[in-house]
Amino acid sequence: MSIPVKDDEIDIVIGALHADLTSFMNAWRPIFTRFHLIIVKDPDLKEELRIPEGFNLDVYKKPDIDHVVGTSTSIIFSGYSCRYFGYLVSRKKYIVSVDDDCLPAKDNKGFLVDAVAQHITNLTTPATPFFFNTLYDPFTEGADFVRGYPFSLRSGVTCALSCGLWHNLADYDAPTQALKPEERNSRYVDAVLTVPAKTLMPISGINIAFNRDAVGPALLPCLRLAGEGKFRWETMEDIWSGMCVKVICDHLGLGVKTGLPYVWRNDRGDAIASLRKEWEGVKMMEEVVPFFQLVRLPQEATTAEDCVVEVANAVKEKLGPKDPMFARTAKAMLDWVKLWKSVGVSSYSPGA
Amino acid sequence: MATVSPTPLLKDELDIVIPTIRNLDFLEMWRPFFQPYHLIIVQDGDPSKVIKVPEGFDYELYNRNDINRILGPKASCISFKDSACRCFGYMVSKKKYIYTIDDDCFVAKDPSGKDINALEQHIKNLLCPSTPFFFNTLYDPYRDGADFVRGYPFSLREGVPTAVSHGLWLNIPDYDAPTQLVKPLERNTRYVDAIMSIPKGTLFPMCGMNLAFNRELIGPAMYFGLMGDGQPIGRYDDMWAGWCTKVICDHLGLGVKTGLPYIWHSKASNPFVNLKKEYKGIYWQEELIPFFQSVTLPKDCTTVQKCYIEISKQVKAKLSKVDDYFNKLADAMVTWIEAWDELNPSVAKSAELPNGAAK
Repeated sequence: MSIPVKDDEIDIVIGALHADLTSFMNAWRPIFTRFHLIIVKDPDLKEELRIPEGFNLDVYKKPDIDHVVGTSTSIIFSGYSCRYFGYLVSRKKYIVSVDDDCLPAKDNKGFLVDAVAQHITNLTTPATPFFFNTLYDPFTEGADFVRGYPFSLRSGVTCALSCGLWHNLADYDAPTQALKPEERNSRYVDAVLTVPAKTLMPISGINIAFNRDAVGPALLPCLRLAGEGKFRWETMEDIWSGMCVKVICDHLGLGVKTGLPYVWRNDRGDAIASLRKEWEGVKMMEEVVPFFQLVRLPQEATTAEDCVVEVANAVKEKLGPKDPMFARTAKAMLDWVKLWKSVGVSSYSPGA
Repeated sequence: MATVSPTPLLKDELDIVIPTIRNLDFLEMWRPFFQPYHLIIVQDGDPSKVIKVPEGFDYELYNRNDINRILGPKASCISFKDSACRCFGYMVSKKKYIYTIDDDCFVAKDPSGKDINALEQHIKNLLCPSTPFFFNTLYDPYRDGADFVRGYPFSLREGVPTAVSHGLWLNIPDYDAPTQLVKPLERNTRYVDAIMSIPKGTLFPMCGMNLAFNRELIGPAMYFGLMGDGQPIGRYDDMWAGWCTKVICDHLGLGVKTGLPYIWHSKASNPFVNLKKEYKGIYWQEELIPFFQSVTLPKDCTTVQKCYIEISKQVKAKLSKVDDYFNKLADAMVTWIEAWDELNPSVAKSAELPNGAAK
């Protein structure tokens, strides 16, 4: 049932927020080694990157980013947003992206999870967003559509986005992690499921994969919290991007899956220290969610680029008046589309 | 937040409704878990047959004669020769919660080999809120070891009351006849350790094999339709109830959960027999799904009964062109509500939700 995919159709994009990627890369070596990697160095990182030998990769640093996008831009590729530069310059159909503080996880039988393979399986088997299957992914081995599932909906739609999960440090916000400092996620939920159409969710950027041809420009580095920092619970850029992608996928009739694969996320940072920065992000969601629940895209928007423009205009109109941050975000989204059209589709190779 | 206290038994607040035509031997395996509870047994088929109930269970049993006697002419809404008759048990129950299970469902084991107390898990699911307005990627946020993820709005973290807990099955999966014919040997061996809220606006196929619900919140919506003897369709009873229930839950701001607990489904029914029962349903559902997806209920439908009557009007208006069966079904839906209110006069009033709850 799945579309056969060659290794050279896949890019693995890593945003390097840490200079020493040695243990990260070595841990992922058995899984990553077949693929081309794009490593984007956080422009704020001063030290030289340390990357072990034996990988097929391209590394992009601040000068490369500046060269491509110019030094004055409303889009700031710093911190976790640096990986979007990798999405921009990739020319592959599928992108898999994990944070550089994540390692391969183990499944419930103790075997190492090949997160790339699972993401690709998710992206190359249909999604089923129009009716919920109670046995979850009907295309997985040993499962199927249940009684009562309409036959006309069984061929499904293209899956454009695959959202994985995390063992050990779950992707909680700072208040939640601060209240439960010892809590670690050890539950292995052996399921992949399609997130229903019109249902919104927080899409974490820690462990995702997507069909770049279908939705590339819809993953966007456009919302920056004033206090954005170098820990996930000090950002909302991926959550914002994820809301845009989901709304766009729903409009374009594409699917979003969630569940497997898991990655193991290292303990890092202090939730309590991040609390004071995070309040802005937490407050922001209260405005953002109703906006995305109500936003409607016109029928004429038939590409991801068109959809991003429509969402940006709606953001400017409806959210802009509430907070200048949204007005900046809307502008950044329009600039992102322009950038995507000029850089994202033409040929480009990294500077020396 | 997850509590540390044990799950309450609710033995005086929950009835277990079991439809049967065979025998109730399966109850022996469930004894450790079911014995504290009152059982309502709805005997389908030949009323002159005597159904043996294992010793030590507290139960009431209704056969077709009882149903006719209690409901009089309204008994026409209760299916004959189909497990859909179980909904009579929901109607006569006086308890707040119902758990219904098929007589070929046994205790399953979790991955550690421990017997699963399905009823306890259902009670946990029903007592704890649902979160249908925004999907939590770590599934049930109230479970031990889980929580709401980053980006989940705080204003939605209290959740809404849970009306339905839909459990799953290991071993024989609940497939339709065509799928059974293609994959007769497939067994569900995957234990998915999750409970999740089915999002608002999303329909699902509700299976009645392992199902619990809050009767006070949603009872009247759990009508299992006209199936079996004299009817053109079978094996769509729970589906029909599930679509009506989900539309009403969405309208009233109630939650529906699916996932744990698992039971062990032991008996594969004959796929050729199933095909005969289902075949109309398979092509009717192509009309039914768009119908339910587009049903809107007016604001003044603030009780389950009002919602249900409204749906029956829309069924008559929009589905009678699919088949005259839907005319009869719409009438039966009204009869069901009349019967329900007659048998449950005090509950009819208390089913009204506080103002503002209807969307």
